[in-house]
Amino acid sequence: MLAKIYITLKKDVLDPQGSVIANSLKSLGFNNIEDVRQGKYIEIKLDSENEESANKQINEMCEKLLANLVIEDYKVEID
Amino acid sequence: MKSHVIVFPGSNCDRDVAVAIKNISGHQPQMVWHKETSIDQSDLIVVPGGFSYGDYLRCGAMASTSPIMQDVVKKAKEGVPVLGICNGFQILIESGLLDGALMRNSSLSFICRDILIKPKNQSSVFTKKTQVAKMPIAHNEGNFFVTSEQLKKIQDNDQIAFQYCDENGNVSEHSNPNGSLENIAGILNENKNVLGMMPHPERAAELAHGCEDGKTIFESILN
Repeated sequence: MLAKIYITLKKDVLDPQGSVIANSLKSLGFNNIEDVRQGKYIEIKLDSENEESANKQINEMCEKLLANLVIEDYKVEID
Repeated sequence: MKSHVIVFPGSNCDRDVAVAIKNISGHQPQMVWHKETSIDQSDLIVVPGGFSYGDYLRCGAMASTSPIMQDVVKKAKEGVPVLGICNGFQILIESGLLDGALMRNSSLSFICRDILIKPKNQSSVFTKKTQVAKMPIAHNEGNFFVTSEQLKKIQDNDQIAFQYCDENGNVSEHSNPNGSLENIAGILNENKNVLGMMPHPERAAELAHGCEDGKTIFESILN
């Protein structure tokens, strides 16, 4: 089973890297940029009985280590 | 007086801390490799600065799962003074001993220069001897952030240890090097026996460093 984890800064947390990327994109002529948020993407292959147990385990991993819940949100997709 | 300095792969301020402690207390601290699982009776545990585990995932995240950290957390909860400096501060946050998060500096640059700090809490075991003090910072992720509820909690409980300030002790946006909320340079836990701070007192602890203001923090704990 393959878990895809997207970790991004919470909406109310300022993302200076995202702002700089937005400015650079604008300077390249992409004038319709409204906002850029930068984050992390992690793939984890795991041996799991079913999607539900994989999901439970991945959520636990995110909460214990992969994401910092003070500043970050995460989203999990399981294939 | 027994003190311990934790050493992770990538720690690089461990020996500076040991020299400062030896010079100030007269006692040689014991260096503890991160794979150890327990620390003897201790009067002070220091989690030093550096780049533990190459700052993988998030600064301090990997180190917080090292075997020794379970005992550091246990000792901290029993009341042993624990001081985390720079990467050590990041590790203490990742271990759950301190509130908040240390984000990328607002300038997006690594900052390495002298700054000034002053204690907000003036009665803790770490801060009682320090006035406005000069010492260096050297970090990329020192931009302290907490949620507004957490900020209120640490303010109400007098947990702000140090704030960045100017020569006159004024805390202003101008004296904030990295975008930290409320100019926070260091915070304490609820019981005030754990301090995490971004500035390096061990790098301003003898005349050869050009400044000795950092000594006051060690003197406060060690004497």
